[in-house]
Amino acid sequence: MHSTSRRRRPTAAALTVLAVAVSATACSSGSGGSASKDADSGTYTIWDPYPQFAKGSAWTKLLDQCGTEAGVKIKRTGFDTSDLSNKTLLAAQQGNSPDVLIVDNPVVSTLAEAGVLTTTDDNKLDTSKADPNLLAAGQSGGKTYGTPIGANTLALYYNKDVLKAAGVDVASVKDWKSLTAALEKVKKAGKKGITFSAIGTEEGSFQFLPWFWGSGAQLTDLDSAESVSALSLWKGWLDKGYAPNSVINNTQTTSWQEFASGDYAFAENGTWQLANAGKAGFDYGVLPIPGADGGNAAAPTGGEFVTIPVQDDAGRYATSQKLVTCLTSTANLYDTDTTLSYVAPTSEVQDKQVAANAELKPWVEAVKAAKGRTSDDLGTKYPKISEQMWKAVQSALSGADSPKNALAKAQSAVK
Amino acid sequence: MNDTKQSSDRRSAHDRSGAATAAPSPALARARSRPTSQLGVPPGGAWGRAAWGFLAPVTLYLILFYAYPLYRNLDLSLRNYTVRSFVQGDAPFTGLENYQKVLDDPTFAPALLHTVVFTAVCLVFQYAIGLALAVFFNQHFRLSATLRALFLVPWLLPLIVSASTWSWMLNSDSGIVNAALHTVGIDPVNWLTSPSWSLASVIIANIWIGVPFNLVVLYSGLQSIPGSLYEAAALDGANAWQRFWRITFPLLRPVSAITLLLGLVYTLKVFDIIWIMTKGGPADSSTTFATWSYQLGFGNLLPAFGPGAAVGNLLVVAALVFGLIYVRVQRKQALS
Repeated sequence: MHSTSRRRRPTAAALTVLAVAVSATACSSGSGGSASKDADSGTYTIWDPYPQFAKGSAWTKLLDQCGTEAGVKIKRTGFDTSDLSNKTLLAAQQGNSPDVLIVDNPVVSTLAEAGVLTTTDDNKLDTSKADPNLLAAGQSGGKTYGTPIGANTLALYYNKDVLKAAGVDVASVKDWKSLTAALEKVKKAGKKGITFSAIGTEEGSFQFLPWFWGSGAQLTDLDSAESVSALSLWKGWLDKGYAPNSVINNTQTTSWQEFASGDYAFAENGTWQLANAGKAGFDYGVLPIPGADGGNAAAPTGGEFVTIPVQDDAGRYATSQKLVTCLTSTANLYDTDTTLSYVAPTSEVQDKQVAANAELKPWVEAVKAAKGRTSDDLGTKYPKISEQMWKAVQSALSGADSPKNALAKAQSAVK
Repeated sequence: MNDTKQSSDRRSAHDRSGAATAAPSPALARARSRPTSQLGVPPGGAWGRAAWGFLAPVTLYLILFYAYPLYRNLDLSLRNYTVRSFVQGDAPFTGLENYQKVLDDPTFAPALLHTVVFTAVCLVFQYAIGLALAVFFNQHFRLSATLRALFLVPWLLPLIVSASTWSWMLNSDSGIVNAALHTVGIDPVNWLTSPSWSLASVIIANIWIGVPFNLVVLYSGLQSIPGSLYEAAALDGANAWQRFWRITFPLLRPVSAITLLLGLVYTLKVFDIIWIMTKGGPADSSTTFATWSYQLGFGNLLPAFGPGAAVGNLLVVAALVFGLIYVRVQRKQALS
């Protein structure tokens, strides 16, 4: 009988110990990562925004192979691209940054501003082969923070059958006026004109930029007459029914699905849809986005940069640099960019890509004419400008405001 | 429970043998009334230690997963965080500046209005429809259990599935809703892309998602109302309408209160549906505090953690205020 109450106390004590132990492990888990990293310095971590590549894919095999060449083991994690910048900031705050980080190009300047990335002066990365217009997205304040692994950009896909039925000669589409005229003909023929993505996220700004730049507008001056003309062009298409109202909520993927239905004459979309275009079941062509008065508009560059985040132990940079050099070597770039359906960042590999697949030719030209969103030393000013820009596009297209007022509000909000 | 009984029996046996002259029954009663804990030891040092031992897990859990994150969020909202100072951890303390910034933001007034309208309209419709369905299913007709189970589907579906499905159905050009409207001769409505309709669209979707919860809770509340009351009322000649307003509704009041409070907290923080369907747009026309907070903190390439946390805290305070009102009302009810 006595034993009942006595047995209870050890149980209580055991529970307390358990609770303390649990909390102790919970507290230490934050630093656990870096501790194990120090102890096991032969393992290098790589983060990339390609969660679609599972273990055993060509991409992870390439990572492992580069690791083997550098004599280290690779621990790779694939993140959703929209998650990656915040994950990286949090990791940097905890002193847990990956050794190699592959990240969307407009994020590079933000991470550089945060002090998360090393410059090419520190990490001795050779970026001389990369095209300067692509590299510019990773430069800020005269420093370079990484090297592009591949690039993509926007152009106009067109459906040859629809254009033929509407009696439009695609060679006549040279500027905004002739494009609008073509859309009018298509509409008269009972088909749908053009689809794009004007969603209220970075994607919407990305899609609007070729028209914005094509009008001659500058990102530092959102309410210029040129800028208003670009937004009025889109608004006019919606009002006249040349573009569907759903573009306001379209992502680039949903916009592509509309085009793939076969009803649309044109679609503004990216290099990455090339593989899907072949499967669409109709004859398609690709056209650079025209500028307001002819010529090709500069489209924004998409694609990722390979960067080397700051580490407590500067000795790790040498191996990280070897890994990055391996990933961006000519042979590996060719394979990687083919898998990703990207245009390579160096002329050497671009030539090889065009030789293998002539369809890539207009895309290589478009990439060469493209411009980084954070270029012109805009750096971390770009995200603020971009947010106001997509808001203005949404306000104007949904009819909440006129293009002129919407852009004037956007410009005053940036200041 | 068993232990308590055993140990008090043991002690009373001891008492009995120690005080042999005393009448056994009062001694027994006195021994029984002596305070003993569940542990079977009297209050004191050991009792306290053991109590803390049991309290420790839950206390630690609360501190680690509730108090600390709340403190961190408060701290975030009181400092001027840039991406740089976020990483370095040296953000300067700026007091209520972030809150000032949020209040002065042109998005504040519309976001507040949308949050209030969204929450109020959703609550009213969810509760009314939920109650009507609960009373309906309480009739126990054939297939009622099956039909009730079907009504739970919106609740069981992952939010991303239901929200995406709604946004397909409400698509301006190829959505089934506009197609249906077309067949009855109504012009298509730009559900998600017109500033005057986007809030209504997300409200409709959220009501659909919230009805099952109200149905389930109110239905189980109805089970606890004794059938004899209805019988008596029927004998007194009360009609169905009177039975509902005189018996069902008043007796359901405590259940209604907790349903509405939970619904309120849930609706205040609704984010996924709005974000998937409209991203708070177009032109902020369906932005609530929840989506605005996310937009500030994560929706941009350059996160504004401070103002984002400030908006999040405003939401927490709003939920807390209604929680306190509920506790107060409940206490009043208990006293009366």
